[in-house]
Amino acid sequence: MPVMDGRELRIVGFLCNWCSYGGADTAGVARFDQPTDLRIVRLPCTGRMDPLFVIKALLSGADGVLVSGCHPRDCHYSEGNFYARRRLEVLKQFLPVTGIDPERFEYTWVSASEGQKWQEVVTKFTERIHTLGPAPVIADAAERLKAANLG
Amino acid sequence: MRIGVFVCHCGSNIAGTVDVVSVAEASKMFPDVVYATDEVYTCSEPGQKAIQDAVREHRLDGVVVASCSPRMHENTFRRAIEKAGLNRYMLEMANIREHVSWIGKDKEKNTFKSTELVHMAVEKLRRNQPLVPKTFEIDKTVLVVGGGVAGIQAALDCADGGLDVILVERESSIGGKMAKLDKTFPTVDCSTCILGPKMVDVAQHPNITLMTSSEVDEVNGYVGNFEVTIRRKATYVNNDLCTGCGLCSAKCPSKKALDKFNEGVGQTTAINIPFPQAIPKKAAIDPEYCIKFTKGKCGVCAKVCPTGAVNYEQQDELKTVKVGAVIAATGYSLFDHTRLEQYGGGRYPDVVTSLQYERMLSASGPTGGHIKRPSNGEEPKNIVFIQCVGSRDKSIDRPYCSGFCCMYTAKQAILTKDHLPDSQSYVFYMDIRAPGKLYDEFTRRAMEEYGARYVRGRVSMVYPKDGKLMVRGADTLAGTQMEVDADLVVLAVGAEAETGAPQLAEKLRISYDKYGFFLEGHPKLRPVETNTAGVFLAGSCQGPKDIPSSVGQGSAAAAKVLALFAKDMLESDPAVAEVNQRRCVGCLKCVRTCPFGAIKEIEARDGSTKAEVIDTVCQGCGICSVTCPHGAIQLKHFTDNQILAEVDALCLSWMDENYA
Repeated sequence: MPVMDGRELRIVGFLCNWCSYGGADTAGVARFDQPTDLRIVRLPCTGRMDPLFVIKALLSGADGVLVSGCHPRDCHYSEGNFYARRRLEVLKQFLPVTGIDPERFEYTWVSASEGQKWQEVVTKFTERIHTLGPAPVIADAAERLKAANLG
Repeated sequence: MRIGVFVCHCGSNIAGTVDVVSVAEASKMFPDVVYATDEVYTCSEPGQKAIQDAVREHRLDGVVVASCSPRMHENTFRRAIEKAGLNRYMLEMANIREHVSWIGKDKEKNTFKSTELVHMAVEKLRRNQPLVPKTFEIDKTVLVVGGGVAGIQAALDCADGGLDVILVERESSIGGKMAKLDKTFPTVDCSTCILGPKMVDVAQHPNITLMTSSEVDEVNGYVGNFEVTIRRKATYVNNDLCTGCGLCSAKCPSKKALDKFNEGVGQTTAINIPFPQAIPKKAAIDPEYCIKFTKGKCGVCAKVCPTGAVNYEQQDELKTVKVGAVIAATGYSLFDHTRLEQYGGGRYPDVVTSLQYERMLSASGPTGGHIKRPSNGEEPKNIVFIQCVGSRDKSIDRPYCSGFCCMYTAKQAILTKDHLPDSQSYVFYMDIRAPGKLYDEFTRRAMEEYGARYVRGRVSMVYPKDGKLMVRGADTLAGTQMEVDADLVVLAVGAEAETGAPQLAEKLRISYDKYGFFLEGHPKLRPVETNTAGVFLAGSCQGPKDIPSSVGQGSAAAAKVLALFAKDMLESDPAVAEVNQRRCVGCLKCVRTCPFGAIKEIEARDGSTKAEVIDTVCQGCGICSVTCPHGAIQLKHFTDNQILAEVDALCLSWMDENYA
């Protein structure tokens, strides 16, 4: 993983407790090596995932944001990931308007048994962010955060 | 606030690749942290005691444990701090094992990452509130899905424990795969003789309601209060009237129906009772073969039925039941042997599956217990068993071992010799897996006493020659090729997840793996629980299992349900949503998005419309929090402020060049 050498970049992960957080645990238990850049925030469900959390992270200086939940139809709360999918898909279309490169954001589905898949997802996304490089500093980030009621 | 941070070595699991002492030291610079230390095993008794002592000594009102996954030990530490007088929700965990020390070896990066995870946890904890659970009433009825031996055992144990049980079975009789077996290993016990009485017990138990030809249609609710809709599929026979006399099948003119119970060995009538010991012993019509359904004319069974039980107009019926817990015991399915074309399954009639062979061995089977070549009805002389058909084979996406095929093949080799003393059995195997009480001795007997010839190697092809089947394979121990002219080839097919298993899992909101087997709560420590409270697993739906393990799991699941129902009231998780009535504008979007119907419309004192959360119904997913346009509804323990504080802890510090 040559691109991962040197300085880490800031990648924030939002994972649902029941599937993807468990999948990340499974990857750990199986000792699947992963790049160290990612930091994971645990949510009960991707249905809890407010798209503004992504904006907040990216405006605050994150270089990439990854959201992961249960596969569609396999949500612990029946339909949380359907809401997530719709909200995050809209967010993806909307990111360029905010001046943020949509490539810095991704969402995916990983179940609690898919440790290997989690390793692949993390490695690929980290590689992608390293190819993009550190996010450009957004000069008026503080004002924008305030406007979005996130300051 | 006064926060204590405890960084765990976990022996060398964490300390091997994380400098835990530095992490603890660095934690002291985070706001409100008044105490930080490292522990060798925080989850051990001395480790927990150290936390409790520190809480008292340093007057802590919040604790961060940096150790393994909260999915592993959150409850352990919640209980520990509760004993020290803190509210259990004043705990946060930083997952520095599964998410750090086990996935990278760079100690410097790992140490930095661990420190940051502690920082996140501290920032979240600073915004935590003490939460107190509420109690709610439960319905002490249990639903068992699947009437194989695991489901039967679970149902009987629950019923004996005094619970009301509803047992749902997809087929017209309970019994599952075990009912199809002739004998069982390693005792060569008669399968029906040991299963039959249990099936009768199910039918006669006053606490068990048996619903056959039925499937779970819809599941709503939560632990203690599930509402399950069960679909009883039309069998065109009224079970209340049918006496199981069998006159209908004796007179049925459609005699070429697929015999599902006998795995397609032989044929049956369109209206039939699957096997003599069926429970309940009721006839059912297979509309695919029934002349009344295919051609519109016949009606013989309706005419001969002495009780008038046949009803061609019967429709599927839906019934909704209330239960407090669900045991999934849906079993397994067999690998489709026709997928591996080199063995000729489906092409040559004398290539049969192990379960078809089992039906041939059974005295109540279609051949009356006589082993015959399906092609010409003659007795076979050379019989070849091929193991691992659909097991341990990556190329067909079945890399797992099905576990029981080695044993049933040994049993079938022994039974073959009993049935046909002049026969010779050959077993092509990869490895013999016989880890069980008396299992290895049993396979030895097959070889030594019964003269089965075990050949270690794979079969490359099976082809017909002069009315026989030539089996070509390798003998890897002798280092030679070998060919056997077989009269009959038996494929030891492996186990697969039952068809429809993923769909059932989705209804029950439990997880399943990529093969369709249900996921247990923990592979070692919670083998019959799922991550969905109130849903338990028994038998092969969780992974291939032999009969003793399935029975053991059936009893284990029943014990879990009995323990759950030993209380009259259950405690609800207090991390639920809450409406700030002052901010709520009464748009009721949350009411419409809640998957559990946990939010209701109320009228405030000034007459305006507001939303209110029913605490004991809310499951804490947080969909409503994101839906609310005014941020009026917040999920406790995962509020916007808490999540954003974690993001801030990560991002803002990162921008500060002087950090770390």
